[in-house]
Amino acid sequence: MKANVIVFPGSNCDRDVKVALEKFQIQTTMVWHQENTLPKADLVVLPGGFSYGDYLRCGSMASKSNIMKDVIKHADNGGYLIGICNGFQILTETNLLPGALLRNKKLKFICKYVNLIVENNNTPFTSKYKKKENIKIPIAHNEGNYFADEKTLDEIQSNEQIVFKYCDEQSNINEETNPNGSCLNIAGITNKNKNIIGMMPHPERCVEELLGGSHGSLIFQSLIN
Amino acid sequence: MEKVNLNTAIQHGLTEEEFNKIKELINREPNLTELGIFSAMWNEHCSYKSSRVWLGTLPTKNERVIQGPGENAGVIDIDDGDVAIFKIESHNHPSFIEPYQGAATGVGGILRDIFTMGARPVANLNALRFGSPEHPKTKHLLNGVVAGIAGYGNCIGVPTVGGEVEFDSCYNGNILVNAMNIGLAKKDKVFYSIASGVGNPVIYVGSKTGRDGIHGASMASQEFDSDSESKKPTVQVGDPFAEKLLLEACLELMKTDLIVSIQDMGAAGLTSSSVEMASKGNIGIEINLNNVPCREIGMTPYEMMLSESQERMLIVLKNGKEKDAEKIFKKWGLDFSVIGILTNSKNLTLKYNEEIVCDLPISALADEAPKYERPWIEIKCPEKIDLKNKLKDINIEQIIKSIVSHPNQANKSWVWEQYDHMVMCDSVQFPGGDSAIIRVHGNNKKAIAATVDCTPRYCNSHPYTGGMQAVCETYRNLTAVGAEPIAITNCLNFGNPEKPEIMGQFVGVIKGMTEACKKLNYPVISGNVSLYNETNGVGINPTPAIGGVGLIKDISKIKNSKFKKIANKIYVIGKTEGHLEQSILCYDILHLKKGPPPKIDLDEELKNGAGIRSLIQNDLIESCHDISSGGLIMTILDMSMSSGIGANIQTNKKEFEQIKFLFGEDQSRYVIEVNKENVAKVEQQLQKQNIHFVNIGETSSEITIDDDLKFNLNELTKLNKEWFYKYNN
Repeated sequence: MKANVIVFPGSNCDRDVKVALEKFQIQTTMVWHQENTLPKADLVVLPGGFSYGDYLRCGSMASKSNIMKDVIKHADNGGYLIGICNGFQILTETNLLPGALLRNKKLKFICKYVNLIVENNNTPFTSKYKKKENIKIPIAHNEGNYFADEKTLDEIQSNEQIVFKYCDEQSNINEETNPNGSCLNIAGITNKNKNIIGMMPHPERCVEELLGGSHGSLIFQSLIN
Repeated sequence: MEKVNLNTAIQHGLTEEEFNKIKELINREPNLTELGIFSAMWNEHCSYKSSRVWLGTLPTKNERVIQGPGENAGVIDIDDGDVAIFKIESHNHPSFIEPYQGAATGVGGILRDIFTMGARPVANLNALRFGSPEHPKTKHLLNGVVAGIAGYGNCIGVPTVGGEVEFDSCYNGNILVNAMNIGLAKKDKVFYSIASGVGNPVIYVGSKTGRDGIHGASMASQEFDSDSESKKPTVQVGDPFAEKLLLEACLELMKTDLIVSIQDMGAAGLTSSSVEMASKGNIGIEINLNNVPCREIGMTPYEMMLSESQERMLIVLKNGKEKDAEKIFKKWGLDFSVIGILTNSKNLTLKYNEEIVCDLPISALADEAPKYERPWIEIKCPEKIDLKNKLKDINIEQIIKSIVSHPNQANKSWVWEQYDHMVMCDSVQFPGGDSAIIRVHGNNKKAIAATVDCTPRYCNSHPYTGGMQAVCETYRNLTAVGAEPIAITNCLNFGNPEKPEIMGQFVGVIKGMTEACKKLNYPVISGNVSLYNETNGVGINPTPAIGGVGLIKDISKIKNSKFKKIANKIYVIGKTEGHLEQSILCYDILHLKKGPPPKIDLDEELKNGAGIRSLIQNDLIESCHDISSGGLIMTILDMSMSSGIGANIQTNKKEFEQIKFLFGEDQSRYVIEVNKENVAKVEQQLQKQNIHFVNIGETSSEITIDDDLKFNLNELTKLNKEWFYKYNN
């Protein structure tokens, strides 16, 4: 399997994603945002970080980057596309995914391991998880508060687009187990076709026990399956 | 050109004597730009005029030190052709005036010191000290500083992995924000700031120069008064995004062979960077100020030279390589301008609109900067006090609850969860442990450990012991995770050095540090001094924040401070006498602030440290934690609260003796957890090394002391966790 990791000015999880992908033998190319065409690959990753310093609005300037035209084409053709953290913000800014990511409810950056429920394991990114599995993956963001209007929320629920929800050890999904104020405790969603995923948690940060956990591995293993 | 007089000089923070010396050195009256440049180079912050004499007495070498003090940061050898580069620096004055930007640019400044030398920064640490939580400014300052550190570090993508936060009313008017950074590089790819090669071009890269931060370094060299708020315009504004681009562009340039030398523009901006580079190379430098990229229209030479705008670098390139280098900076969208040339004049020559606006001998600015042997008074160690009567009626149960919920002992996750401590995916130990552990990227075996420590109440009581203790505490924290301590960086925060008692504190701390560094073979390789931390004549406790760095050769052997399982044996390593003066119990809880700090026996320190490291190397212990503020009981509680496993402790002591045993802060001690299978081997090894040890009980489900004092671990953990959240709600 081959992957492209897009590097925007201000991306800072690009190397981390590359290391994780390569751990699972996914051949990875770093692609600078000013390029016009993507090298041929099965997967494109929009990494975490602060593209363009998060100035204006998180992800908004990156969504207008040169390379994004080809990224959109890749996704339209059914190619796999993952947006992690800032990448998720870029995906909502390009309208590849519905909704928006607002500032965390408590107005502070949060970096910690959180529990997630796997709501949908019937996607190319989550097939190795069990349905309703409780997993631990870290978050690190200031703007991860997922928002969408009622109609959109209804739609993504009925289309089974919600992939991960924030919860606690006992799988309780409620306001107390919601770290950032997201609607329906949403931590990650896909598009209708299930070939695009956006998620605030960082799976690349937990692919080995030495660094605190390895529940992120199954995302990469699902992909190479 | 504007004329200057003694008044102008005094407004610039120079004394009459210094002004006369300037006139004598250059044989004429300086103009305003020149005076500004002198004031920037000769202030305390840049010239270390009060501290230099004493800093020179610190040990700075061991077999692993490649570069000691004098460069942007110190460099140590960590084997396999790898080096670690690190330094700590203060940003106290700006952070008090404008906490978010002050702290943010503190992080930005220390990061540049590290990547200027060719290293990729891999870890941020910090030492933060605030006034009493009840003081009306404290909450605002705490929130602003933490958000500023987070804002900068998170954006640039360097994890913030450790540090300390402490509250004491002595910091009500002067908070301390000390930022440390560590970078990794290859030994043969370290860059220095020594300019060389007459005719080589001098390049300006990074952000544009604005009017921010003019005289920032001079502001940091003065006491505060009621007017300190009006100094806001002297605080710089940080742009971590620009720094991220500058970092990547510089590291990309460093892969080529185009650089002669490189230096970041920190305090006193273009002035100190150009003068320091030229001074080290014993060479002249000529700058055409018309080529300096400016953010604002109509900036004068004076303003350009004194601006402390952030995210800028000065580079001497090999002649003719300008185009190649420019390509890299253009790719990253950064300014790149050839602003000058190295000359054989040995002068700093500035041109603006075809006119020479400054022509000063480099030596006058650098080597001839004042150096004062300030008068000082030796501070004697206070007498022990009789605490027995004062402590006879205390309720131990209540005291323990007060300690775990006291802001200085409370769980700091509210702070460090605002910092991205995982980015770069090499953070092996998160904040909250004895030391942060960062894996050397791409190496599955090797890691570095780092910690920042100081106990200012000890330093205030007896600076000599306090200086020694700060060094030893970092040594212990590195040891407790299984690292070999290698070297330190220091951030020396004191009051007004013109007062003999403050200078006496400084001298005492330096002498104590020197003793410890020598004995432990643990030298100082970089640092910074922050003086004049006083407001309306009241100074802070002397606070030498020490950043220690150690090497872990085999990452599979590291230990943390969490208890691992029930029914393991718990030992105290090192002698317990029960020294209570200056303990958390006395100082923070009972407000009895008199008496000497615990004394330190450096032979014990060395021996116990070596013993712990060899137990860890031989895989004989399950967890380890050094005993520091709060004494033995706080150490046990830390190990319990972080793991959910309690401890059944037998002191076999009563009343005052029991209090001494639980809360005493005797030094050079550790608590270890030992699996019963290993008990015989551990005891044998400790006996062989002649190390004092005592079994004090076993891990258990709850906390029990001498069978009669029982605590619910969940309740203590909750008390410990909630202070910061409640306070900041």
